[in-house]
Amino acid sequence: MATYYQLFIINRNGGLVYSKSLAPTAPALSTNDSLRLGSTFHGLHAIAQQIAPIVSGGIERLETETFILQCFQTLTGVKFVVTAAPGTPDLDALLRGIYEVYSDYVLKNPFYEVDMPIRCDLFHRFLDKQIERHRSLSTNKRRSL
Amino acid sequence: MSERKVPIRASILDKPLIRPKTEVSLSSFAFLFSEIVQYSQTRVSSIADLEKKLETLGYSIGQKLIEMISCRDRATKRETRLVGMLQYVSNVLWKHLFGKAADNLERSMENEDEYMIHENSPVTNTFVSVPADMGHLNCAAFIAGIIAGALDSARFNAKVTAHLVESETGIDRTIFLVKFAPEVISRE
Repeated sequence: MATYYQLFIINRNGGLVYSKSLAPTAPALSTNDSLRLGSTFHGLHAIAQQIAPIVSGGIERLETETFILQCFQTLTGVKFVVTAAPGTPDLDALLRGIYEVYSDYVLKNPFYEVDMPIRCDLFHRFLDKQIERHRSLSTNKRRSL
Repeated sequence: MSERKVPIRASILDKPLIRPKTEVSLSSFAFLFSEIVQYSQTRVSSIADLEKKLETLGYSIGQKLIEMISCRDRATKRETRLVGMLQYVSNVLWKHLFGKAADNLERSMENEDEYMIHENSPVTNTFVSVPADMGHLNCAAFIAGIIAGALDSARFNAKVTAHLVESETGIDRTIFLVKFAPEVISRE
């Protein structure tokens, strides 16, 4: 069963632009906590990029016994971070799908200021659809294996 | 040493009028339109003004569009009847602009001079989420302006407004209300 826990979207300055809890079992985070997490991750990502022994683009995937964290960084520095249960497949595809929804319904919205928190109705709606699609896709994949 | 040939720039008057159909990417249009809305927003002081500004921009497009379409279509007869003109707008004009015909055209029950063109998802609104403090702004005012310009140019003076209608299925439709001037009605 594909269980996603949380989604964060961090802008290029490290500020949290969007956060969403994707499962009732995910830890409840207050707004301040999410903001702090966002900027902490942004800092760690930058540090990892600097200290990596090979040419690296920063933190891409973090696996622990209790969760996986996958990060997708765009060319403009916006980071899409998702946490999920261990063994969840295709997180990369999920993040790319979310990036598409973001570039369609946030960046083409004339009432959105870049780097500000996202408050676009259409984005919320299509994001939910996209997550549902990926959830059922990876659940079906699991079943057919 | 070979001399570089300087290309002779064709003036716009030399280019042929009848051009093959071209397609524009939806993203390019969306970004351009988004910029148009943002540009207009900094120059007006209220929501009604913003809609009016978008309508004015569409109006100048509509006026010239109908001339160009009639020329390219090589139509020999122009529409003189009201219903014929409306059908021309909702079929030919729509197809030229959006690649499909309008979803529905109906006549208002209450008023003799009002007609409605239905459009399920106007291309101007596909990526736009209006924030709550801007209430009833409809970016399809741009398309309403195009219709008004086209009708005025064809001598069917009308006022066109765009209205958002929320339906139960959650899909919001847009209705363009076309109100003709009294002299057009009396002419029929």
